[in-house]
Amino acid sequence: MTPPQRQRRTPGQGTPAQPAAPARKEGEGGNPERLYVVAGPDGERADIDLVTLIVARSPDPPPSATPEQAALLRLCVAPLSVAELSAYLSLPFSVVTVLITELLTAELVQARSPIVRKALPDRSLLEAVMHGLQRL
Amino acid sequence: MDFNGSDTIPGPRAEDQLPHTAQSAVKIVIVGGFGVGKTTMVGSVSEIKPLTTEETMTQAGIGVDDNYGSPSKTATTVAMDFGRIRITDELVLYLFGTPGQERFWFLWNGLFEGALGAVVLVDTRRLEVSFDVMGRLEERGVPFVVAVNSFPDAPRYPITDLRSALDLSEMIPIVECDVRRRASSRDVLMTLMRFLHSLAMTGSLT
Ligand SMILES: Nc1nc2c(ncn2[C@@H]2O[C@H](COP(=O)(O)OP(=O)(O)OP(=O)(O)O)[C@@H](O)[C@H]2O)c(=O)[nH]1
Ligand SMILES: [Mg+2]
Repeated sequence: MTPPQRQRRTPGQGTPAQPAAPARKEGEGGNPERLYVVAGPDGERADIDLVTLIVARSPDPPPSATPEQAALLRLCVAPLSVAELSAYLSLPFSVVTVLITELLTAELVQARSPIVRKALPDRSLLEAVMHGLQRL
Repeated sequence: MDFNGSDTIPGPRAEDQLPHTAQSAVKIVIVGGFGVGKTTMVGSVSEIKPLTTEETMTQAGIGVDDNYGSPSKTATTVAMDFGRIRITDELVLYLFGTPGQERFWFLWNGLFEGALGAVVLVDTRRLEVSFDVMGRLEERGVPFVVAVNSFPDAPRYPITDLRSALDLSEMIPIVECDVRRRASSRDVLMTLMRFLHSLAMTGSLT
């Protein structure tokens, strides 16, 4: 029996890939050997990623917070990803992103940016992930 | 959801809370055609109960033209399940079981561009359902490994036959797995990490 046959594609072929989240000065100014960079400094508002970690700056929402904001603030007393916030709040990712942007502007939460793939690899990061998986 | 009673919105269980030292997260995407076992794999390796994040889009945005010009655009909800593994007190790994249809991928800003890499699941009864996703990853330069989810009644091909059918270069790992088993799914992720590490050593992405 013969399996169906696929044809390999090459980078840049087909529809243009979406531009990657713009690399920030921090990552770009650093060692060019690094593939994985922290996507942005704390609190920067644009480019909220699914795995940006959000932490409330205070355990109690201020009285001025909307019910949605208050619910979000209560959830992230400990760091929680935007994806998890979306899941627990049953709100679409884009809606949660808007809420977080408001809360960042009001300085009620802190955002910890993910490490994203860039041009060249960072081996120590990969090794840390492998150690973590081995423990599983 | 009624947010006025938001005191009661259940969050993570106490034992699932990340420590305050958690500084950053990385992600791996698990992709493949319909029904190849993406959700099962996320569930078997995740340390938390798998969760679902949704995004809503109007039909006009997904390249469906049968409804074109209609005043009532239908909203489509796209769901993606994900799990989490704590790597260290500072680093967290998220796994996303991503819908096979590439037209949905842009919904999640940077999901593929920022992922460390991808696992492409294939089912040998329907190899072709995972073809498109592999091509899309190649186009975007996302490094991936192929995991053959062994369903009992599925044809078994020698890896060399699979490699040539999938038109994959020698360096791309192809492994067999049973995504229902945690150890097996973990081994697939380890294969991906070793592959990424070897790319890091040789300084090339593809
Ligand atoms: N026998 C067997 N069944 C499996 C295996 N993996 C998944 N299944 C079953 O196959 C079905 C599809 O698996 P899912 O994990 O839902 O697949 P999926 O890729 O998430 O599917 P969609 O999200 O619908 O595209 C489920 O009924 C699973 O229980 C496997 O390794 N062996
Ligand atoms: Mg699924």
